[in-house]
Amino acid sequence: MDEVLVKQLEIAAVKIRMGIIEGVHSAKAGHPGGSLSSADLLAYLYMHRLNVDPSDPKSPTRDRLVLSKGHAAPALYATLALRGFFPMDEMKTLRKIDSRLQGHPDSKKIPGVDFSTGSLGQGISGACGMALSGKISCDSYKVYALLGDGEIEEGIVWEAAMFASHYMLDNLVAIVDNNNLQIDGKVSEVMSPYPIDEKFKAFGWHVINIDGHDFNQMEKAFDEAEKVVQKPTVIIMKTTKGKGVDYMEDSVDWHGKAPGDEDYERAMKQLREHLAELEGSVN
Amino acid sequence: MDKKATREGYGDGLVALAEIRPDLVVLDADLAAATKTSIFKKAYPEKHFECGIAEQNMMGIAAGIASTGKLVFASSFAMFATGRAYEIVRNSIGYPGLNVKIGGTHGGISVGEDGATHQCNEDIALMRTIPGMTVINPADYIEAKAAVLAMAEHVGPAYLRFGRLAIPVYNSPDYKFEVGKGITLKDGKDVTIIATGLMVAEAIEAGKALAEQGINARVINIHTIKPIDRELIVKAARETGKIITVEEHSVIGGLGSAVGDVVLEEYPVPVVKIGIQDVFGHSGAAKDLLVEFGLTAENIVHTAKALVSR
Repeated sequence: MDEVLVKQLEIAAVKIRMGIIEGVHSAKAGHPGGSLSSADLLAYLYMHRLNVDPSDPKSPTRDRLVLSKGHAAPALYATLALRGFFPMDEMKTLRKIDSRLQGHPDSKKIPGVDFSTGSLGQGISGACGMALSGKISCDSYKVYALLGDGEIEEGIVWEAAMFASHYMLDNLVAIVDNNNLQIDGKVSEVMSPYPIDEKFKAFGWHVINIDGHDFNQMEKAFDEAEKVVQKPTVIIMKTTKGKGVDYMEDSVDWHGKAPGDEDYERAMKQLREHLAELEGSVN
Repeated sequence: MDKKATREGYGDGLVALAEIRPDLVVLDADLAAATKTSIFKKAYPEKHFECGIAEQNMMGIAAGIASTGKLVFASSFAMFATGRAYEIVRNSIGYPGLNVKIGGTHGGISVGEDGATHQCNEDIALMRTIPGMTVINPADYIEAKAAVLAMAEHVGPAYLRFGRLAIPVYNSPDYKFEVGKGITLKDGKDVTIIATGLMVAEAIEAGKALAEQGINARVINIHTIKPIDRELIVKAARETGKIITVEEHSVIGGLGSAVGDVVLEEYPVPVVKIGIQDVFGHSGAAKDLLVEFGLTAENIVHTAKALVSR
């Protein structure tokens, strides 16, 4: 991958992280941990990979992304804002009574949200339906679904996994954000979904393991997924929960808690410094 | 009178619907032979998709397909379509208001021998609680087929209930279905019998029997339980002063509750609810179960006489 592009994506990801922190701080609620762990992947998809057009968010030929881990809504919203679907300033209205930025993604209200999610496990089923529909009418769009590692404890995920391979949905790519933490603790301790890769393999999926904060690995993985035929692909990405804000990293406390004013300033200072550093190295 | 199950109307209706809606997709969860989507599968194998025994996922699949603009029907027994998959129907179909039609067959006690686990007397109640969900319970084969065809023009989530049991076909072939419009089958001034589904044929019989005994009962078929025909119900309350509701469903949350809500809000009159009285069913032949649970013309007559003389 081109170094300039990598740098651009790094910059986009930091901006998304700033949007996340802005949003959850303003809302005094929300899920920063799993939003921050997904930020790099969403930056990569929306700023580089997906065929989407903010001026035509309902285009029938667009690629679809289903945020199956709907609680990472702040990450999706900040990404959509950065991509031009709505102003980044709107992040300050997150979860507010008169805002369209609902606590979990609402496809009716928010431009760029392809499927309403929030109740875990339901998004991947919807993504399978979109992919099947594409096959029925020979459309060329691709469908992406981002799942949490705790989320895959839901049984419906495996019903969908069976369905996707049964119907050979090679236009579908699932991504598992494997940050290893869920509300009650480590996923391995709450209800282990491991080995995640072997499980998907057994369900007939093409499986790729990557580092979810490495854009070069993402590029390779999604290129590989594109070449897979007659099988859905799952990309299991190892990530750090809370990535990019040091005191939130790998901490279950920040799964569903908003930073107060002091923590907000600390987080924003780190992110601003990181951004300045990245932008400085570009210029 | 000819007898035919409303689920046959579902299967035949889907075939007819595909002619006017080429984008139609039909899903089933390993019950195609029973739900009668097998009829559609035979005619349009490329538009019928088996989802296996996974009703929750089927509802999510339906939502995903609908999100791309196609018309989709998801089929299973009423119990599993509305019970097992309730939360997916609420959050993935109802909340985004997607154009998914749910075909729930084997509704009610007349499932018979399979027993209580399969006799769904709660589906109408469950589906009624979802904002924006249309709830339809056809009374005979012709109405069932017409209701499915009417979905070509209906946008948004809908639940259609069909039965297992062969029941009288009383409508004529030129019958036109109108979503949300109740049908007055017999006029009357002493009492109104409001029925839905397979109880409509019983209500017609009861109306005749009552007439012979000097009681002039109005008989109404409410095939659309949501949105319900408020105007027709209020008119009946005003003109007859007494209402009996009859449904093969729990008296909690079904037709009786819906009618009761309207009457209570607009023109309070006594409402007596015939239905499953907050109990589970059990195995047995459908006709015997219908008698045991009071879902007969005889019980309607008995109830009407008691209400009129009270």
